[in-house]
Amino acid sequence: MDLQTAAQINSFLAAFVLLTAFGMLVQKRIYSLIHLFAWQGLLLSINTAIVGYVASKHHLYISSILTLSLKVFLLPYILHVLIVRLRIRREVETLVNIPMLMLIGLALVIFSYHLMAPVSELSKLITRSTLAVALATVMIGLLMMITRKHAVTQIIGFLAMENGLFFAATSATYGMPLVVELGVALDVLIAAFIFGIFFFHIHTTFDSLDVDQMARLKEGD
Amino acid sequence: MTVNQIVMECLQIALLIAVAPLFVGWVRMLKCWAQSRSTASLFQPYRDLLKLFSKDVILAENASWIFRFTPYLVFGTVILSGAVVPMLTTKLPLSPSADVIVLVGLFAIARFFTALAGMDIGTAFGGMGSSREMMVASLAEPAMLMAIFTVSLVNQSTSLSHIAEVMYSGHAVLKPSLAFAFIAFILITLAETGRIPVDNPSTHLELTMLHEAMILEYSGRHLALIEWAGMMKLFLFMALGSALFVPWGIARSDSLLMGLMAGVLLLLKVGASGVVLVLIETGLAKMRLFRLTEFLGSAFLMATLGMLSFFILE
Amino acid sequence: MNVVMIFSPIEMASASILLLLVFAALAGLLSRAQSVLIGLFSVVATVASALASAAGALSVWNGTAERIILLLGLPDLPFHLRLDPLAGFFLTVIGLLSAAVSIYSAGYLKGFLGQRPVTRLVVFYCLFLAGMAMVVLADDALFFLISWEVMAAASYFLVMFEDERPETRKAAFVYLVIAHVGAIAILLSFGVMAGIATGFESFGGYTFDAMRQASFPLGWATAAFLLAFFGFAAKAGMVPLHVWLPDAHPAAPSNISALMSGVMLKTAVYGIIRVTFDLLREFPWWWGAIVLGLGIISALMGILYAMMEKDLKRLLAYSSVENIGIIITGLGLAMVFFSFKLSVLASLALTASLYHVMNHAMFKGLLFMGAGSVLHATHERNMEHMGGLIHRMPWTAALFLVGCISISALPPFNGFVSEWLTFQAFLLSPSLPSPLMKLFMPLGAALLALTAALAAATFVKAFGVTFLGHWRGEHSSSRIHEVDWLMRTGMLVTAVSCLCLGIFPATFIDWMDEIPLQLVGSRLSVSATASGWMWLTPVAQERASYSGIVVFAGSLLVYGIVYILLHVNPGKLHRGAIWDCGFQKLTNRMQYNATSFSMPFRRVFGFMVHVKEQVTLSPQTAHAAFPKRLHYTLRIRDRFWNWLYKPVADASFWIARKVGRLQQGRIQSYLIYSFVTIIVLLLLAAL
Repeated sequence: MDLQTAAQINSFLAAFVLLTAFGMLVQKRIYSLIHLFAWQGLLLSINTAIVGYVASKHHLYISSILTLSLKVFLLPYILHVLIVRLRIRREVETLVNIPMLMLIGLALVIFSYHLMAPVSELSKLITRSTLAVALATVMIGLLMMITRKHAVTQIIGFLAMENGLFFAATSATYGMPLVVELGVALDVLIAAFIFGIFFFHIHTTFDSLDVDQMARLKEGD
Repeated sequence: MTVNQIVMECLQIALLIAVAPLFVGWVRMLKCWAQSRSTASLFQPYRDLLKLFSKDVILAENASWIFRFTPYLVFGTVILSGAVVPMLTTKLPLSPSADVIVLVGLFAIARFFTALAGMDIGTAFGGMGSSREMMVASLAEPAMLMAIFTVSLVNQSTSLSHIAEVMYSGHAVLKPSLAFAFIAFILITLAETGRIPVDNPSTHLELTMLHEAMILEYSGRHLALIEWAGMMKLFLFMALGSALFVPWGIARSDSLLMGLMAGVLLLLKVGASGVVLVLIETGLAKMRLFRLTEFLGSAFLMATLGMLSFFILE
Repeated sequence: MNVVMIFSPIEMASASILLLLVFAALAGLLSRAQSVLIGLFSVVATVASALASAAGALSVWNGTAERIILLLGLPDLPFHLRLDPLAGFFLTVIGLLSAAVSIYSAGYLKGFLGQRPVTRLVVFYCLFLAGMAMVVLADDALFFLISWEVMAAASYFLVMFEDERPETRKAAFVYLVIAHVGAIAILLSFGVMAGIATGFESFGGYTFDAMRQASFPLGWATAAFLLAFFGFAAKAGMVPLHVWLPDAHPAAPSNISALMSGVMLKTAVYGIIRVTFDLLREFPWWWGAIVLGLGIISALMGILYAMMEKDLKRLLAYSSVENIGIIITGLGLAMVFFSFKLSVLASLALTASLYHVMNHAMFKGLLFMGAGSVLHATHERNMEHMGGLIHRMPWTAALFLVGCISISALPPFNGFVSEWLTFQAFLLSPSLPSPLMKLFMPLGAALLALTAALAAATFVKAFGVTFLGHWRGEHSSSRIHEVDWLMRTGMLVTAVSCLCLGIFPATFIDWMDEIPLQLVGSRLSVSATASGWMWLTPVAQERASYSGIVVFAGSLLVYGIVYILLHVNPGKLHRGAIWDCGFQKLTNRMQYNATSFSMPFRRVFGFMVHVKEQVTLSPQTAHAAFPKRLHYTLRIRDRFWNWLYKPVADASFWIARKVGRLQQGRIQSYLIYSFVTIIVLLLLAAL
């Protein structure tokens, strides 16, 4: 596989990472949301492996496998268990209507392109053009957290943001040092567990996972 | 302009007119198989058309000339569109007279008159169909333009023949922008040709009709023309997809032999696209009218992502 | 051709203006013989307009500028007149439409015979035409503003023609206020430019020539541009300064609405082009971006409001907002390209914009005349009380349909050509050096596509509800009849122009080629019409091409063949009752009307428009599912009233009240005010 092909595959994957990010932004059904998240993880993992191969950075293989096991299998499984236990079936409400969300998302992509254009100029890596996509993925994850009412979708948004960061790291510098990456992976895992435990408690306390309900925790009412 | 080119042009139009009902028959057949029903003959659409042509026309008492003119206009416009889309060869004499934006315009004028015909009789169904059809069209149009924009960015042209030729030269392989534009194009095709999940071509249930509601009052040869035009439009969209995204096989000279091969390949490609169409139609349910904003919004999103990824990634 | 030999274009134009002014002055003498007045007026106005149009066309053809200096006006400040290709182009458009409308007026004004005298209308009509011609001929700020005011005042009185109705008076007042706020901005803009050109001490800078030769510092140039753009945008009816338009156009008699919408708005476009491309000449790209953005917003908002409308003339007025938006979009695109020195692309965008100027004049004139005919025949403006008019008024219906097809940008008519050119200009935006512009431009194109599709929907509604289906009115439709041949001729002229502009675009672009050459420094004909008069190829044959004549002839041919083949051995054709899925008790009230047609659009796009829907059931029913009566009310309000105008109005009332407190009515307090003022002034002087 020569550099040119790798760059093409890389940009192709980047495009689809962006697509899954948009998919998660506008997806109403919670199961499909988790599937999309898993797909995004898969794309990331393939991308990491390819970058590792082209740049002959072998520690990227490890993080690729880590991504695969964690983000494609383990986390989606945990989330799955969570929603089965909490009996969440309904479609998830968004605060803004969906075409509007799409437009905001597109504006964010343009914004990140504008922001990243000078940075990409400096970089010499074959993956530099995907930097804007990575930033956009982070922002769309954040947008998702803002516009969703449901706590489970918010954690998916959080995880999607982390995916974006990971993608940025791979494309900007061929990945972070292995130690850092392991640490981040562990953090994400633990965060997911903690979220899970919290949700159970919130669910038992409020009988709902609607984050609007948590406004009741405010003092003085 | 050589004699061969003119022959090819005529052959192409003849192919469009002749094969379109066959394609519809094929799609219906596949659909029956997919839903484990027993199928009608592959040639049933021809028989239907023949039956309609041989029947008398019953015209509502207050139908105006617009109502009577519309079937001819719709039929003629589709044929004209068929004359500019490269199906057999890229060297069509009429191809320069209309680029892909004009093509969209030609479909739009057919839709405009169909909508007027729907309102001509003054029934509630007709007006409902017109109103909904125009709404769907107004949402599909920006997405369509965006997809065209992306394709023309990659190929530096809006002329259909030229797009096909540039795609041939091979620089355009594996581009995310084209992939997105292609997905968008598929979604738009479903909307423009009135297939599930946007419209159901086989329904006459009042609340779900779009296109059928507009042509409810037609009968006899008028109805036959409209039905036939609808079939040709479906075929034409498949051929358009082939010309824009997978032009391999279309002749780049005016040799008749190459044209013949292109014809055979086109039938294969269109036949395969029929399988995709049936998979989509069987897998999805018809959407509620106001969910269509999301459906066509995602078509727009895809096309725009295609455009953005051209600038960002390529 | 003899006339052409003897007189130069500018003399012909001046003669036309003079003819109009003289007739306006003498019209009063004929006020006793109204029908003679109408006939004579129509002949004079038509001849004068045709003369002006010919003058303009010739001057565009010659490609040179001619001047006249009139020793009128203030001492040492003579009037300068100049006819260059740009002015000539607008003069052609104005003349062509006014000629058609003047023929139409002869028939239309007969409707007022016996009801009210039309002398006032005739006088101001002539002044109005003369004013518009003077605006495009003016070559100094003074004469420009005088002409501008003549035009504005004349049109005010024309809107006020039926002044016994309160809504007419209100509409005319709003129009007057906005027109004058705009005029002040234009005055200030010229002041800035004149001041920079020769300094504030001398008056020499008031001629456009002096401004052309000056070089402007960016800050002052921006101030002048923004002021001028604001002023002209108010006249053009761009969002958010459009609120006068949907009130004033319906209030005016229909021939006046045709002129106001068709050509008066274009004088504002002319002003913007004159100031940016001719007087200021150099500008940064973000001016273009502002113009472009506002153009797209106008286009989209205009057509959305038009979609919601059920009053035919208001619908057309809002659609003018949309079309002005498209014109301004093209202009903004040209400005952006020009500021990046992409002169070929700039000339493409400018040509697209100017082509749409001409197209819109033709089809909007046609549509307003059509609406006028309907109004003349039915005395009704609300579409929901019309229907089925195609059987009663076949000519009007067919001509109105031509207008609808043209304005919906459908091939092979003219609206499509300019939209296609604009799209092509948009498609070439990737050659811009600025990455941000590259990404935003396509979104603009998509919004334009949305606008075009919504326009098609709007005019399906307008035509379908007005002319198709059954009569919805309460009175019988039997008294409705086709309008007379004069009105039909007026409409026919514009309809034929629509078709010609649609199928011979290359010829017209060749004709007006001198304008982009002089303004942006590049001609389009080298590429655009290189393949002959049949083909339009903006950049190159491979890039894109369109042939209106082939599409037109091809469609006619195909329809003909299909028709003949089917009628070799035709099956029988019976007339029968309406089928409607077997439903028997169909009544006229079950038809889709304007409100129901736009309902899906209200649902989808309603968040951009202020929609208030209310359904009330009448109380005494056994069950909520079986109400005896349903009452449905729908209110569509212009958001901009609440956002922009109401705060301004409230604030001015508030300030007026506060200032009013100073007015005590005691002479001592007034003396104290004067005293304090003097003290303060002296203090300031001492510092």
